Amino acid sequence: MASPASSIRQWLDERFPLDDIKSLAEKKKVPVHRYSYWYFLGGMTLFLFGVQVLTGALLLLYYRPGADEAFESVQFIMTQVHFGWLIRSVHSWSANLLIFMAFAHLFSVLFLRSYRKPRELTWVSGILLLFLMLGFGFSGYLLPWNTLSYFATKVGTEIPAQIPIIGRPTLLFLRGGEDITGSTLTRMFGFHVAILPAIATLLIGLHVGLIQWFGMSVPPSLEGEWQALPAERREVRFFPNFVLRELMAWYVALGLLGALAALFPWGLGVKADPFASAPAGIKPEWYFLFMFQTLKLIPAKVLGMDGEMLGILAFGVIGAVALLLPFLDREKPFNTRRWISGLACVFLGYMAVMTVYGWVAK
Amino acid sequence: MHSASSASTVGPEPRSVLRRHFVSILLGTGLLASAASFLYPILRYLVPPKLPDLGGDAVLAAKISELKPNTAKTFRFGSRPGLLVETASGEYRAMSATCTHLGCTVQYRPDLREIWCACHNGMYDLNGRNISGPPPRPLEAFEVQVRGDGIFVRRKQEA
Repeated sequence: MASPASSIRQWLDERFPLDDIKSLAEKKKVPVHRYSYWYFLGGMTLFLFGVQVLTGALLLLYYRPGADEAFESVQFIMTQVHFGWLIRSVHSWSANLLIFMAFAHLFSVLFLRSYRKPRELTWVSGILLLFLMLGFGFSGYLLPWNTLSYFATKVGTEIPAQIPIIGRPTLLFLRGGEDITGSTLTRMFGFHVAILPAIATLLIGLHVGLIQWFGMSVPPSLEGEWQALPAERREVRFFPNFVLRELMAWYVALGLLGALAALFPWGLGVKADPFASAPAGIKPEWYFLFMFQTLKLIPAKVLGMDGEMLGILAFGVIGAVALLLPFLDREKPFNTRRWISGLACVFLGYMAVMTVYGWVAK
Repeated sequence: MHSASSASTVGPEPRSVLRRHFVSILLGTGLLASAASFLYPILRYLVPPKLPDLGGDAVLAAKISELKPNTAKTFRFGSRPGLLVETASGEYRAMSATCTHLGCTVQYRPDLREIWCACHNGMYDLNGRNISGPPPRPLEAFEVQVRGDGIFVRRKQEA
């Protein structure tokens, strides 16, 4: 007679591929080398996304979308609900750290050239996820319905409206009408809590599944070294060794989030008033600053073209290049490989400079 | 310490095992405590806060012109309904409009000159006392004050 635990186990085994999942987790090895720390960034981004899902679901219990209720309900969360300030502040801090982590993850993968065959689709899904996270940031920003978020959304939705032909329908689609009203808020709320999370769930499943399937990429420089000296090759198992280390990092991150939320709770600002004029020095969130600042600096006319249009076009091209990067990395017919890291460095520098410039500029 | 681990076959409880046990306890309690500190705010957050109750604040229940003798009006009292009755003799009475039986909102019956709950046929007199039907307790009676042309209602102050 088998023990109850083992018979339950057997029952499950016959109906659920638990062993296959386990062997997939155990099969994967994580290489250990001088760049190993970069492997943690993707997991950290995933963790922060989890924090967003949890705190977001909690905020939904009290938040009310609607021009005459949104601000008040966030105020209620911040002042009346037990630990409401903590949950909302963690949500805001984690959102910002998530975007930062996603960028750090992107550049680490780029510089270590982990996007090369067979991981092209992993890269593409990752870039799509980054766009999605920016969409989360943009749509979530309006939800407290304060002056800052009101005008940021106004400017932000005005930018795609500059594009010929599709610009205007895009603006109407994003705003749910001509102006930023309660309809816009309802729409952004819908994007933020239903549409984007649904797409994100699919993409994250694909992204993480692919990583698990192909395993961690070893940087090409190390691959050469390891081929020359096979004794140097070191690996740990993904489960449990790497997972435990990653969990430790998550634990520290959670503590850091709590500390940030407690020491620097997120403000609420002043309720949006559609008839008030925009306050001086209005700026988007830091992760949009480099684009914002660029559009501010471009002259109205460049070589007979509309300056704003040119800027939007340039960022569109950069986005497309980022998305298709693995397919642009080749040695024949032109050796583009050596250009990629250099251009990425230039772009990273540009982002950093413009973000700081946008931050200090009046 | 090296001697302790190498002599693991000698003693029944080698020191390294004890030390490992001690470290696990330390780690386990630490993790447990931090898990509790993460869960506690969440559990507290899930419990909705008590809405600011109308302690001493008076609520404008009606204007004098709104009521005639032997009529009544329901009004907002905090987050719940209240019932303001002008009796046939012209007196004002105010009480909670939430039936003490199963929480329906009660109404004034001019024909009976009593307060009636439509859900299960509960009856209260004009002081809010439960006089027939299922209600187990009287309705909470409020204090009424007439100021200008407004009829203000507030919770009775405990003496």
